[in-house]
Amino acid sequence: MPPWGACGWARGEARGEAGASRPYEPSGPYGARAPGRRVARGWSCALRAAPAPGDERVTVDVDTLRLTAEEAIGLLERKEISAAELHGAYLDAIGERDGELHCYLRTVEEPSGHGIPIALKDVISTKGVETTAGSRLLAGYVPVFDATVAARCKAVGLTLLGKTNTDEFAMGSSTENSAYGPTRNPWDPERVPGGSGGGSAAAVSAGLAPWALGSDTGGSIKQPSALCGNVGLRPTYGTVSRYGIVAFASSLDQIGPVARTVRDCALLYSIVAGRDPRDATTVELPEPVRLPETDRLDGLRIGVPRQLETLPAIEPGVRAAFERAVDLARDLGAEVGACELPLSFEYGLPCYYLVAPAEASSNLARYDGVRYGLRVDGETYREMVERTRDAGFGDEPKRRIMLGTYALSAGYYEAYYGQAQKVRTLLIREHRDALERFDAIATPTSPTVAFPLGDRAADPLAMYACDLLTIPSCLAGLPGLSVPCGLSEGLPVGLQLIGRQFGENTLFRAGHALEQALAFDPVPARLRAQERA
Amino acid sequence: MSWEPVIGLEIHVQLKTRTKMFCRCPVGFGAAENTQTCPVCLGFPGALPVPNGQAIEWTVKLGLALGCEIAPRAVFARKNYFYPDLPKGYQISQYDLPLCTNGRMIVPIGGDDHVVGIIRAHLEEDAAKTLHVGGSTGRIGGAAHSLVDFNRGGTPLVEIVTAPDVRSAEEAKRFLQLLRQTIVELGVSDAEMEKGTLRVDANVSVRPTGTEELRTRCELKNMNSFNYVARGIEAEVARQIAVWESGAELQQETFDFDAATGTLTPRRTKEEADDYRYFPEPDLVPVEPSAELVERLRSELPESPASRIHRVQAELDLDRAVVLVTGGLDRLWEATVAAGAEPIPAANVIANTLVGAGVDPASVSPAELARLVQARDRIPRQSFDEAIARLGEPGFSADPYLAQEAVSDVDALEPVVEQVLAEYPSQVAAYRSGKEGLLGFFIGQVMKRTGGRANARVVNEIVFRKLGG
Repeated sequence: MPPWGACGWARGEARGEAGASRPYEPSGPYGARAPGRRVARGWSCALRAAPAPGDERVTVDVDTLRLTAEEAIGLLERKEISAAELHGAYLDAIGERDGELHCYLRTVEEPSGHGIPIALKDVISTKGVETTAGSRLLAGYVPVFDATVAARCKAVGLTLLGKTNTDEFAMGSSTENSAYGPTRNPWDPERVPGGSGGGSAAAVSAGLAPWALGSDTGGSIKQPSALCGNVGLRPTYGTVSRYGIVAFASSLDQIGPVARTVRDCALLYSIVAGRDPRDATTVELPEPVRLPETDRLDGLRIGVPRQLETLPAIEPGVRAAFERAVDLARDLGAEVGACELPLSFEYGLPCYYLVAPAEASSNLARYDGVRYGLRVDGETYREMVERTRDAGFGDEPKRRIMLGTYALSAGYYEAYYGQAQKVRTLLIREHRDALERFDAIATPTSPTVAFPLGDRAADPLAMYACDLLTIPSCLAGLPGLSVPCGLSEGLPVGLQLIGRQFGENTLFRAGHALEQALAFDPVPARLRAQERA
Repeated sequence: MSWEPVIGLEIHVQLKTRTKMFCRCPVGFGAAENTQTCPVCLGFPGALPVPNGQAIEWTVKLGLALGCEIAPRAVFARKNYFYPDLPKGYQISQYDLPLCTNGRMIVPIGGDDHVVGIIRAHLEEDAAKTLHVGGSTGRIGGAAHSLVDFNRGGTPLVEIVTAPDVRSAEEAKRFLQLLRQTIVELGVSDAEMEKGTLRVDANVSVRPTGTEELRTRCELKNMNSFNYVARGIEAEVARQIAVWESGAELQQETFDFDAATGTLTPRRTKEEADDYRYFPEPDLVPVEPSAELVERLRSELPESPASRIHRVQAELDLDRAVVLVTGGLDRLWEATVAAGAEPIPAANVIANTLVGAGVDPASVSPAELARLVQARDRIPRQSFDEAIARLGEPGFSADPYLAQEAVSDVDALEPVVEQVLAEYPSQVAAYRSGKEGLLGFFIGQVMKRTGGRANARVVNEIVFRKLGG
């Protein structure tokens, strides 16, 4: 058995023979958690609390549909349930409902820690557990190392429930681009959960995980959270390590939490955030993560982009729910005013679709069949690479590789990639200006509610438009929190709050106060009947 | 018409850092294949590069030694192409914002100081090593299969690009000798061509002497020693002149130098044009060497080889000066002369006898060496050679050797000389018809017959007199 097999997520599995000839050592100088990393007071200890052996435990009936992560931690702390029992309760729920929803690509049967469970999007490398990024190319690929975020979850005792479905290489807005079949929306299985992190969002929404980690490049955490009615945070670029995340677009990719409450979201963020010596683009948080307490928004200045008024893409029902949430914020003491983001909504999308595919075309070059994953043999090296990539990549990665390769080509670079970088600088400036006057910018997260499966699958541009409102702040590297703010046509609507760089605490505070006042029921209406008393 | 070669060199230097450029795998030779690897240098999904600070410092240092400007902000870029030795499908290199630019190196040649411009020196990661099995060429085309050893992949590599300022094969060789010495003295690389820690490509073109045009150039690769570089360039220059003089047009090509035959073989032309689609590496932040760091490194620089050649040249000829400086022997020579040795014999003894005996110059006492150099004709040749060979031993003293006397008696030596000359009539004839280099041969024979105890200077005089007379 390879040395790393023993401490993988999946106990007893020795599937790590993925080609590395040297075991990765998580305890080396680059594996240890950065000294001085800030964790919210009290919580990391609570998460580590291991039950004493031989304790008499009363088995409680766990309602995974409603249980928040905080509540689950409470059950463990009070020894009302064991980690194994909690893990088992979620596996039962998965057995019950995931046949229909297909949130998980694979589950882990035995808990690996003594804390509460977590689901990880399948772009996050997990030692000893297959990680495919939703692609045929990585079928059977078992990482020999944990992504830093996975290692940090493990370090505080979180147990891996499983790997959640994603659009292939996180490219998509509906999870329909997964090579392993789409995920369905727990509110209406005929509709998409959003994407690319539809698996994580739908799992949390359907009570198949208390919380999860997703990855967000142009909206892949925020948009599915909005469409599934849960809370999702895309953190400030550089606050969460990308080490071990199957890369899509390096200058945009960020890992973030998906949860049922803003407080859970903040708690999970505090576990994974902070500088990682293995990711040169990370920084230390300038202030510790604070779990939000207050119900008021006094003194908070919220800007609403004037350009939203004239965006035809926003559905009336979404607009109405958004405006009610803004009114409520005013009632809670916030100052609401108009801000200007004219370039963001006009050029954000085209800029993104140059920058992201360009980086993707390079990031996806490593899938050549030489060292791991799929290999389709050929007469020559080149033929092998071409056949492997042709067979392994689905349409959307191929489309983006072609777009990106073109944008970076000699003679086109300045007109496309170079120009897009200049536009990106302008968007950063525009957001900075707006956030000088306001503490947060509010928009709907998605212009629409969840749409039916297949509706946009044949029309890439319509699919790309899903991220119209989430993309600009991603390009600006700013944090964004999506909080459910009501229903339209019986489907969840998300409110997006964009903050300053490192402004997560402000977003948590605002999101929490609104969440309390909105009293949105995160359990999908059709599943409430299944709730246990 | 006479032709002028126009040569630019591209040099890759592997830095001898403890660990690789972007991961913490050890750098080194001789380990079993694919054992010095990790997720980063194997290009596993999600693995990220973290730059090696030592490699950045050393590159800055090397840049300063080459008279370069150090960029206040340098940016790593991705160079995208598919090849089995490139695990990520791109090489992390530097493109429009390299660490070092606009330097120069002075190459003393033919009584002149020639300036060779350094366009840039940048930092990148080395590719893995491939072994193409089957097929006749050892190249990937036609191979049955290829094996990849990723141990070398990710080793820090400095690429130095010169301006097309080199004007002859000899100058190319001298430039490389001086560059190598600079690198070795900075302690940043072993810079050994045989090991591949120093690699040289040459871009060669020719033009009618007196013109400033730049004609089509060809690239020479795979030259494993400075002599091969010189031979390759000579062959290519001759070939190009012949092409132009025949009235044909020179085609841009890349050649491999074949050391066994001394010939150039064209590489199969690629089907597509190179487009590396460079863009800034988003996984890394720009490198910003502080002014304090640059000044500290500048203050640590040793004196340049060119300036040392100038100093040594005051007492020696250029060729001896170059040999001493590029061999790292000039400091010992200076100390030995300061200790009382005559400059030219000291240079000869150091460059020939001492180096030939494999003695580490750093372990030698200049005072003892000076005493031996001054007594070289008086003591037996064998004793002298033995003394030099043992110079590096701790506590070495020249006294027991200096106590011995060589045979200087002309009457005793003359018969031996006559005997040797009688035995080699054809060599004597050859000498007399102009092959003066044979003088050493006759002296050697005499020394052999006298058990190395003859006074070489006296033997020399007798042989010279007998042959001339």
